[in-house]
Amino acid sequence: MSVFDGLKFRKVYSPIHNLDPRVKFVYVISIFAVAIIFSQIIPLLFLFILQVPFVLLARVQRQWVRSLRGAAFLATVIFAVNVGTSFFYAGYKVTPPAVESALALTLRFVVLVESFSVFFLTTSPDHLGLALEESHVPYEFAFAFTTAVRFVPVLAEEAQTIMDAQKARGLELEKGGLLKRIRNYVPVLIPLIVSAIRRSLELAEAMESRAWGATKKRTNLYSLKLHKGDYALLAITIGIIISSVYIRLYVPIPTVVHLLHL
Amino acid sequence: MIEAVDVHYSYANKVEALKGVSLTVKDGEFLAIMGQNGAGKSTFVKHFNGLLKPASGKVLVDGVETTKTSVAALARNVGFVFQNPDHQLFSETVEEEIAFALKNFGFAPDVVESRVTWALELLSLTQYRKTSPFLLSGGERKRVALASVLAWDPQTLILDEPTIGQDHEQKEKLTQFIVQMQSQGKTVVIVTHDVEFVAECNPRVVLMKEGKIVAQGPGKDILTNPQILAESSIVLPQIAQVFTKLSPLGFPKNVIDIYEAEKIILKAKESKPQ
Repeated sequence: MSVFDGLKFRKVYSPIHNLDPRVKFVYVISIFAVAIIFSQIIPLLFLFILQVPFVLLARVQRQWVRSLRGAAFLATVIFAVNVGTSFFYAGYKVTPPAVESALALTLRFVVLVESFSVFFLTTSPDHLGLALEESHVPYEFAFAFTTAVRFVPVLAEEAQTIMDAQKARGLELEKGGLLKRIRNYVPVLIPLIVSAIRRSLELAEAMESRAWGATKKRTNLYSLKLHKGDYALLAITIGIIISSVYIRLYVPIPTVVHLLHL
Repeated sequence: MIEAVDVHYSYANKVEALKGVSLTVKDGEFLAIMGQNGAGKSTFVKHFNGLLKPASGKVLVDGVETTKTSVAALARNVGFVFQNPDHQLFSETVEEEIAFALKNFGFAPDVVESRVTWALELLSLTQYRKTSPFLLSGGERKRVALASVLAWDPQTLILDEPTIGQDHEQKEKLTQFIVQMQSQGKTVVIVTHDVEFVAECNPRVVLMKEGKIVAQGPGKDILTNPQILAESSIVLPQIAQVFTKLSPLGFPKNVIDIYEAEKIILKAKESKPQ
């Protein structure tokens, strides 16, 4: 569950939390795109370090580290698969450039995770819904999205209770081979799904009894407006995109292996 | 026998739920743990079958420390029925639901069969044997959950809020059922807010508040003590309220049992000249 901890929003006041979610989203997507156009370790390392001031400003470092720790397993798998593949293609030997490129691809994954983590850690579900609405996403979809996000911790807690209830009836989740272990989760998943469906029906009834969808044109108490900080982030984002594309096209990027004369 | 010695427990969010709780539950005892929401009742009883392990202190079940064994091994002797049956029902039929734990504990197929029949009979669910548990009413689902635990006949039974969502008749049956368990020497621990239900069953009462035990003793003493109860925001049982109001007329205050109340009133009537 630690991966989810790294995505859970907590109410903190910081310059990053106050930024417009739309601009933050554009920033995250840009980092995402830039991470994909580079496959060398140096620019990716730079992108990784670029996130750190954001995290520190938002004061979410602890949760952020937790989300990185949650991603560590997948990162290891990515690294192992890349080294493994090149091991077979290069004629059963591990070459320094192969290790470097595997490291770079792993780092790319980590950059993607960390930027999304920063986004979700600093953007409240309400803001996110508002951003969707103001981007002309139909209200029904925006509402469904924010509700889904909001119910994640509720479901996580419920899953824990269900696991306890089944363990109390002698269920051993960690017992048996891989297939058996997957099957062990059936008594946990079925009550979880049933209760999620039941809960959603109850929510729908409660909403309808409070006249949800009575008017087509909704107004919001808060509306999103761009402030100085948002323009600054937008400028930084555009700067990153332009310089990245320029570097990618015209600047030869040295590899670490090359720099160290390995 | 369950012995808790100075149990401390904190949740992941650093909330200290138990601040040094010690309690001994003897075999064959009937115990009600009461207290307001968040007092730590459920957290405490989850230590009895090892679902939670104490951060410090220890819990011994029949002399075995819960940290040194598995939940599955403890569950064989300590049955735990959760508050919400929907947190455990998953099988296609009531029969399979009840057989689930029996299979987990490795009972032989013919034993599973006979135990299922027995448990269905005990909780008058026989007619629903082949029905999907999801099609039953709330009260019936609660009974299926209870049956699915009783089926393996644990020495100790823990019931978390057994009376919630039950009509009067079902509560009555539950009382009879607990009495029956008692006569077989079983230990029953209930966690509840239902003061009338406790008054009717008259167990030993343990009152918890903010992660500590604040009072314990016979139901008759605890449930008629307005000071102690007010601290845990529990109201007196209705009979005790009446007798507290009548106490200036020379009636005893500590009455919670309806038959005892009747006797006292009849005696008072006889002794007073018409």
